[in-house]
Amino acid sequence: MNYLLQQLLNALQLGSIYALIALGYTMVYGILTMINFAHGDLFMIGAFLCFLAGVTLGLPFVPTLLLSMAGAAMLGAVIERLAYKPLRNAPRVSPIITALGVGLFLENFTLALNPYPKHIAPLLPTHIWTVGGVSVSSLQAIIIVLSIFLMVLLDLYVNRTMTGMAMRAISWDRANAALMGLPVDGIISATFAIGAGLGGAAGVMYGLAYPVIDPYMGIMVGWKAFISAVVGGIGSIHGAMLGGFLLGAVEVLVAAYFPSTFRDFVSFSLLLVLLVGRPYGILGKPRPQKV
Amino acid sequence: MYVGINVILAASLNLVNGYMGEFSVGHAGFMAAGAYLSSMLTIFSFPPGLSEWLFPLAVFAGGAGAALIGLLVAVPSFRTRGDYLAIVTLAFNMIVKSVLENIDAVGGPRGVLGIQRMTTLPWIFFWTVSAIWVIRNFVYSNHGRGVLSIREDETAGELMGVDTRRVKLLAFVVSAFFAGVAGGLFAHLIQFINPRMFDILKSTDVLIMVYLGGIGSIAGSILGATIYTVLLELLRPLEIWRMVLMPLMLVLLMIFRPRGIMGLREFRWFVPAREWAASVARIRAGRGADASTQG
Repeated sequence: MNYLLQQLLNALQLGSIYALIALGYTMVYGILTMINFAHGDLFMIGAFLCFLAGVTLGLPFVPTLLLSMAGAAMLGAVIERLAYKPLRNAPRVSPIITALGVGLFLENFTLALNPYPKHIAPLLPTHIWTVGGVSVSSLQAIIIVLSIFLMVLLDLYVNRTMTGMAMRAISWDRANAALMGLPVDGIISATFAIGAGLGGAAGVMYGLAYPVIDPYMGIMVGWKAFISAVVGGIGSIHGAMLGGFLLGAVEVLVAAYFPSTFRDFVSFSLLLVLLVGRPYGILGKPRPQKV
Repeated sequence: MYVGINVILAASLNLVNGYMGEFSVGHAGFMAAGAYLSSMLTIFSFPPGLSEWLFPLAVFAGGAGAALIGLLVAVPSFRTRGDYLAIVTLAFNMIVKSVLENIDAVGGPRGVLGIQRMTTLPWIFFWTVSAIWVIRNFVYSNHGRGVLSIREDETAGELMGVDTRRVKLLAFVVSAFFAGVAGGLFAHLIQFINPRMFDILKSTDVLIMVYLGGIGSIAGSILGATIYTVLLELLRPLEIWRMVLMPLMLVLLMIFRPRGIMGLREFRWFVPAREWAASVARIRAGRGADASTQG
């Protein structure tokens, strides 16, 4: 029983990281119906910025986190401006291929500068509390609380502010939103920046929780987060959170009770089964087909 | 030699991605199935003296196995469309890699060693030409029209009486078959395979070739695969920076030519004569070629 609770806690930790990255995928998809395959690599950039700020410059945790988030957000917005904006009216596949290219570029650029995996020294003093036989480290608590805090913040932002309202309007109907006088390009840049910033925060947390980072780490984690977004129903913010926690739980539980090499197999098979049963994800809605 | 294998891969993926307009990203999964199946056959089942003669059979069996798996992957694609198919194929690629890593009989994560080198230039040539020949004839056949109708508008195609399920199934099977063939040739060329070779990066490579050359164009696939392979070799002196340069070039290409070099066009000698006459007539009538929409 204690073992199960312990594993569920680990699941919550991994799930919150997945959920944070999945939010970036789902926001961009919601507003542009485009899969931003470079998002996993922005997460990787976040982890490397954490290394740069926290280990090389020796900054404490909070400035490191803020710096990584800001850096990833800025990079996200710049990528959108340079690579995706010229393709706004191109065939739908072109920006997706561009995103694959941008992702490869970020990976290999980082690899060219950092040929070896880096180790992130702990930035925070670690305490371990034992609650009813389950041990909780302060790092775990921080990761879970911080990501839930960020998610609540995002939810409030999207639902309560003018910018959030503009985002929802654009995802509803971009052409009409532009006619109503909304600065569409600015809002899209903001969406990319926010998504990338959340990805950067996830990168910092991942770097602290699993301290060895390398330039290709974004690929697998990025795909997993993408799957979370899809399982939850891509385009839906609550769906992305739900999917992230769900996938985290499945992975950790499979690794806990089966040989851990089965982890990917089980999680991807579950995805396939779910998609055959509910093709648009748990909270997703099918788009109406015009005839 | 690699050019030939890459041409087969790109042309077969183009059938699904370019002509049918679905976004499949798991091509390396089919390739893995073909590579493993054919190398298992040549290592374990064939008598050693005869394996040279039975090699084409092994490659064909690899393709057939991959085609069977293609059938399985096509089924979920009936329910989902567009971006969701990308996810189905992606998950399929990961599952193939993960399954191969967990089967000890095929070496698990270590891979298969000691495959005989049997892929020769004539064999590559033979398979490349036959792949292009089959895909070209398929595209310009009645089934090929069905495939195009799915790209342009699936609902409308169905209303016109196209059996979209069967057409999708067929396109997937043909595409998977040639990916399996390419996998078999690949395994017998480099003599060593492991599951990590067929991960999502390999699929991305093929995607880049297809979109570099141009979607919906066999000539484009040949061109794309050749340019990509040759360029990677030429840029080898740059070492790691070539992998930085290549994606950058892809991004620039997408911005300035979103449909790739040959997008939706074809070499003159490639198109059957009456097709060419018809398209010329269409252009004269002022309606342009069928380059209107891209799903």
